[in-house]
Amino acid sequence: MRRSGLQRVGLRFVALAYLALILVGPLAIVFWRTFEDGFEPAWNALTTPDTIHAFKLTLIITAIAVPVNTVFGIVCALAIVRRSFRGKGFLNAFIDLPLALSPVVVGLSLFLLYGQEGWFGSWLSDHGIDVLFALPAMVIATIFVSLPFVAREVVPTLREIGDEQEQAARTLGAGSWQTFWRITLPSIHWAVIYGVILTTARCLGEYGAVAVVSGRIQGQTETATLRVQESYESLDLAGAYAISIVLASMAIFVLVAFTVVRPREETA
Amino acid sequence: MASLASIAVARPRRAGARASRDRAATALSLGFVTTVLLVLVALPIAALLWEARSEGAQTFWDSVSSPQAVAALKVTLGASFAVAVLNAVLGTVTAWVLVRDGFRGKSLVNAIIDLPFALPTIVAGLTLLALYGPASPIGVNVAYTQTAIVLAMMFVTLPFVVRTVQPVLQELDPELEQAAHALGASRATTFWRIVFPNILPGILSGVALAFAKAVGEFGALVIITGNIPYDTEVSSVYIFGRIESGDAAAAAAVAVVLLAISFVTLLSIGAIRHIATRHERA
Repeated sequence: MRRSGLQRVGLRFVALAYLALILVGPLAIVFWRTFEDGFEPAWNALTTPDTIHAFKLTLIITAIAVPVNTVFGIVCALAIVRRSFRGKGFLNAFIDLPLALSPVVVGLSLFLLYGQEGWFGSWLSDHGIDVLFALPAMVIATIFVSLPFVAREVVPTLREIGDEQEQAARTLGAGSWQTFWRITLPSIHWAVIYGVILTTARCLGEYGAVAVVSGRIQGQTETATLRVQESYESLDLAGAYAISIVLASMAIFVLVAFTVVRPREETA
Repeated sequence: MASLASIAVARPRRAGARASRDRAATALSLGFVTTVLLVLVALPIAALLWEARSEGAQTFWDSVSSPQAVAALKVTLGASFAVAVLNAVLGTVTAWVLVRDGFRGKSLVNAIIDLPFALPTIVAGLTLLALYGPASPIGVNVAYTQTAIVLAMMFVTLPFVVRTVQPVLQELDPELEQAAHALGASRATTFWRIVFPNILPGILSGVALAFAKAVGEFGALVIITGNIPYDTEVSSVYIFGRIESGDAAAAAAVAVVLLAISFVTLLSIGAIRHIATRHERA
């Protein structure tokens, strides 16, 4: 028994040391470095016009991408679990592609599609529509990289709850719309919320794909994450740290909020 | 269920109308999903493939096999492989501790596992540089080395194996292990013969996802690796460099290689799931 206790503590030590060295340590250092000289340098770095613009842009992109991905994710999950059709296996694998694909490859693909020499490029420029190096391409890139999160969370929950309640509702005369709002959605809402949280975090933090399609024009197409890179490259470490802290705090906040709000039995 | 069925039979006319409305709903939702995927995902990827083949097979091959592209791909695959192995071991240990061990603050530890999913990758790179860079308060400086690549990849892939193994361990009845124990099996035997075969599919699919993520990682690597060609430049950074210098064809060629790696990884995850659930389907 004493040996097994020792093993247990040993494994616990390995796991906690791993998390401390890779995850907690680096984050703690950045928090410390940011506020080393008090709040003022960090505050000044955050309130420059370019940084405020960058945060606004990030929020606008997120506000467009998250609702689109939420609707898509729910419809997609319902189609995968509740409907039968040809090519379902293909859809199931295809939906995960944005997770496994490099964001730079995503950015490059959009760059090639909407750029001057791309398939849509000349038509778009003839009609005076700016897609590349402007908001539309950045929104599309962000939607692409965060596409599967809601569907991935909702699919297993839908499988688990089964469709007996839905069938009962249908038999009792409810339409498909009514069944969805009154039966299906209430039973998957935790999965949807968690999917939305992950999607939001991914949208706020997207870097690689947006770096390619935005052109990184300071004060125009620079998002908060691009601003971190820009500040770091122009040797403005205080600025880079301050923006990072805000982004990291957002990420930590949504995770903690979810852990607190989520019902106990699902965390077990 | 029997009474519900009889109600359905009692109203054949409405049921027929409903069946056709159901088909319409199926068509509508599938149409929506397919359109979004075609326009947002398939079309850009088609444009990428088109660009890669536009200047002929020879040019494609020259771009892929250029010394700098090959060096970048080698270091990317090498580091990703190392990260996959490290994840398999450390991720499994972490999942085991989170499920079978009990200590104060465990739910907090459980919550921070997902942090790398939520944290912007560029911020991840910057934080790693703060602890393991030139200004390191603990005197460890691995910035601009290949170690930094592995470190950054480990950060962004940390949750994958933990989150695929954890639910399987939770479902696994501890009585199985106790029974093996009671029958005289040692701890090691119990783990390798009872626990390991059960969690292996979880480990493998987590490792495959982590590998795919590591191969494509960009944001966490730009700052901490220094992007030195032939040394710490990974494929995604190489592609980015080609785009910046206006060489879209070369960028597209290497991007196609990464795309192929992503596809193969996804297919193997599908195969692992297929094999792992064969008992349930039988």
